[in-house]
Amino acid sequence: MLHIVNKSASERSSLESCLKLAAKGSAVLLIEDAVYAATNGNPAAAKIQAATADLKIYALGPDLAARGMAGRVLGGVNVVDYGGFVDLVAEHSNCQSWL
Amino acid sequence: MSDMDMEDDGSGIVKKFMFLNRKAPHGTVYALEGLEVVLITAAFDQDVSLVFTDDGVYQLMKGIDTKGIEVKDFSKTYRALEGYDIEKLYVDRSSMEARGLSEEDLIVDVNVLSDDEMKNLMAEQDVVISF
Repeated sequence: MLHIVNKSASERSSLESCLKLAAKGSAVLLIEDAVYAATNGNPAAAKIQAATADLKIYALGPDLAARGMAGRVLGGVNVVDYGGFVDLVAEHSNCQSWL
Repeated sequence: MSDMDMEDDGSGIVKKFMFLNRKAPHGTVYALEGLEVVLITAAFDQDVSLVFTDDGVYQLMKGIDTKGIEVKDFSKTYRALEGYDIEKLYVDRSSMEARGLSEEDLIVDVNVLSDDEMKNLMAEQDVVISF
């Protein structure tokens, strides 16, 4: 399963719920305002870091760059471009967008 | 007194306006729309304060590059605010530090306030508008 989260973890609980319910081995793609969670110093950074043990965490590069965050990505988080986004969707049999 | 004089009296009222920015840029339209309203308010010669708190602090990040998401990079506009006599920019220290940021990470010079200082600033406003 590919989980997609698009809201800031400081504003919504979608990332927290996603990390709680994503099964081991699943992929989580952070896009739009959700990418802040994958940056150094963010309040959600520790949760993301811990989640990399059981989940594959991805963040969308263009969304990081648009927020001035390209140089602050946490270790263990994979940055993908739009092509990588398409690949992730194609590789997984199903995906869930957390609203 | 002519009609013209009465109009002048009405337009001479100056109120203290605070614009409270609490949202990250791009994910929603709030940050951009808020900036537009700030510029309009300044055109009416009002006393404008701009506050960035919670995820709103992210609006002021240096190094923003929006080419990849094909939207306007309005972060440069914050640097032009001075030209519109908007010089009161405030950032909440606790929000900034909670995100691992410091003043050096921000695109403009700001006044960094403690929670108590922010509380007092908010209390003295005539109008507070949230974005």
